Amino acid sequence: MSMLGAAARRDTEVQSYPLIVFILVPLLALGLQSFVSLHFPRFDILDLPLLVTIYFAISRRNPIVGTVTGAIIGIAQDALTRQPLGIFGICKSIIGYLAASLGVRIDTENHGTRALLTLAFVFLHSSMYWLLVRRLLAQPYQWSWLHESIRAVINTVIGVILFALLDRAKRREY
Amino acid sequence: MESFFSRYKNALVLIVVLLAQVIGVAIQVRRPLPKEHAQPDAGGVRLIRYWAISLVSPPERLVHWLGTSILGVWDNYIDLMHVRQQNKDLQGELRRLRIEQGGIAEDARQGQRLQQLLAFKEKYVYKTLPAQIIGTSGVEQSRILSIDKGAKDGIAVDMPVITPSGIVGRIREVFPHTSQVLEITDPTSGAGVILSTTRIRGILRGNALGQPQVISVMPDDRIKAGEPVVTSGGDQIFPRGLAVGVVDRVVVDSERDPLVDVLIRPAANLAQLEEVLVITNMGDQVTPKQKLDMIQSEAASDAEQLKASEVLAERLPSRIDPDAPKTDDANSDDSADAEGEGIARPMRPPSALHPDRFTPNITPAAASLTPGARLAPQSEGVLTTAAKPHAATPSNSNGGTTPTVAAAPKKTGPDLVPDDGSRPPAAMTARPAVTGVSTSPSHPSTTAAGGTPSVTRPATNGGGNAAETAVHAAKPATAAEAGSTPSATRSVTNNAAGATGTGERMAIPRPSSDNGYSPAASVNSAAPKTRVIVDGPLPSAAKKAATPATATTTPTTTPGQHTPATTTPGQHAPAPTAQHPATAPAPAQHKGPELVPDDGSRPPPTMVPKPVKPPQQTPPPQQQPQGNR
Repeated sequence: MSMLGAAARRDTEVQSYPLIVFILVPLLALGLQSFVSLHFPRFDILDLPLLVTIYFAISRRNPIVGTVTGAIIGIAQDALTRQPLGIFGICKSIIGYLAASLGVRIDTENHGTRALLTLAFVFLHSSMYWLLVRRLLAQPYQWSWLHESIRAVINTVIGVILFALLDRAKRREY
Repeated sequence: MESFFSRYKNALVLIVVLLAQVIGVAIQVRRPLPKEHAQPDAGGVRLIRYWAISLVSPPERLVHWLGTSILGVWDNYIDLMHVRQQNKDLQGELRRLRIEQGGIAEDARQGQRLQQLLAFKEKYVYKTLPAQIIGTSGVEQSRILSIDKGAKDGIAVDMPVITPSGIVGRIREVFPHTSQVLEITDPTSGAGVILSTTRIRGILRGNALGQPQVISVMPDDRIKAGEPVVTSGGDQIFPRGLAVGVVDRVVVDSERDPLVDVLIRPAANLAQLEEVLVITNMGDQVTPKQKLDMIQSEAASDAEQLKASEVLAERLPSRIDPDAPKTDDANSDDSADAEGEGIARPMRPPSALHPDRFTPNITPAAASLTPGARLAPQSEGVLTTAAKPHAATPSNSNGGTTPTVAAAPKKTGPDLVPDDGSRPPAAMTARPAVTGVSTSPSHPSTTAAGGTPSVTRPATNGGGNAAETAVHAAKPATAAEAGSTPSATRSVTNNAAGATGTGERMAIPRPSSDNGYSPAASVNSAAPKTRVIVDGPLPSAAKKAATPATATTTPTTTPGQHTPATTTPGQHAPAPTAQHPATAPAPAQHKGPELVPDDGSRPPPTMVPKPVKPPQQTPPPQQQPQGNR
């Protein structure tokens, strides 16, 4: 086992989490996103459910799980908004699928890699959301590169910290 | 086939999940149902939302409860310094506000009555339900608040949500114990607003950055930053007049180029909301409790005003002497006097020195008169008068507000024409009843306020134009016509002799029309100081109405009789009539119309009236048989 390289270890390493963590973390992300934004309005620039989706997707390395996880978290997030159910669900389903697919191929234990992935996924999520809202629903949505860049950077920084915290909760099985 | 599914199962799962969600979105955003069947969400979607809310709300409630509990312990048990003083201050402020409310309530009721008269239904905020904000959507693209009150608390969809500072939004979704509030900063929200200064109406909607704006407004330079914006009530959700915010700036609408968007700075601090009020009842009736409150506040207000008036009465020198004999003043405010002695009386116009012929039992009852009766018809725009000049004037015995003359063309006596150049030429016979008459202290002219038709208007021009007077005096007229004509006789007191202020009078009957009236010879045009211009009726019309008109004879020509003064409501014109000699009696040779001031410039009863200098050259009345015409 010790002779295996990093790539081989990634293939054989299965990261699992206690069920309570797998349920509570998304709920806590939704609750914090909703509650903290009430007292700190600028907090809504964060997207904790997206970060949680990315983390579980790249950790579980299962595209189906990542897709379903992203769909459930996204629909739950939609339920808290005034928009139709499925907008965030579609976005996060795609993000979950891509994150899980990439997690199989690249080293997701590295913080730099996580940061780059998170940065790219945040941009992708925003672009898909803009596409759905602006083109599918024909609702007003203003795209600002500056705002989206700031948003992506902030989410990336918070994501790297959050991922490190969540790593403590996972179980490693060989 | 099996290998295909096993090979592409991940992608197939993704496609299925995405397809299902797209179909779900398409179902949700389909064409809305009619109003009576419309709901924000369908049943399935609503169920999913309810599940999500139910999952998220309990932790939020728990955290919120913990926070409020900790703060409550601090506020209720630790931080209680200065509470007693604050309570005292607040009670004082409450008393003051109740007094103010008494006055405002009367205005509000008056406004409601007027609106009922106009069949205008105004919505007032009558019942609100306080609610705590327990969460938000957490997404910057969706401005949604969650409150801890739901359907079981009486919340319904589209109820407005406000704060004391301004509006917040409206209820979008209602669950049993929680509700969603759509803020005014959301791009999908909408509220009818009006700019309070420029009165520009528009629709308030949030932009992508979360700032409310009035969209699609025509460019207007009058829109300035800081202008208040209030709700217009046109959206049938928000009551009218609630504060929305102030104008921040005006930006060009990129999608509708000529139009602009007015960015609004919200009055309510939407970023730091903790408690809101949900308006659960709006109506157009006052609840019994509010009626009781208004009555109590009015009683308190009256008591305070009574105290203030008592204090004022003690300090004012015009305190009523209790030993003074009580006078039978028709204008006395019995109610005010009866409320308490020593209270300063309200200021009233001075009463007449003596009763005139407009007092009761002298003037015929109005019921006996024929409304609009004209015995001297009008010819070619000439204002005609009623047959009985004094009869057309209602009594003013009780100082009431009965209109003196119902219609402006009704002239009961000679009308005075200002001789300051503003008088229209003789060809312009139709003249308004109220004319600009200059006033001098010695001869106060009568100017009927509010368009009250003045019957006799002694116009005295201090700087009279002698030349003009002479020209008018040269007009052919007969005093006989003046004496037989009850129509608009215009007398002008003109200080033609100079700036002495005493004018001589002369009668200048003026033919009212080109009907061949022959001028009379009894016109003293040597030194005219007073003109009397008579607009007579047509001969045919005069014949028809000859009897009543001549029986009463106009006061302009009857010796000893005086022109009935204009009696505006509440005024007692000290008309020096023959029956009631005035303190300034007319001289024996004065046969013409007596000028009677009827405005408020006459001296009060306690003052000795200034004797009026009798006219020196008043033309003798030319009494002719009425049948001459």
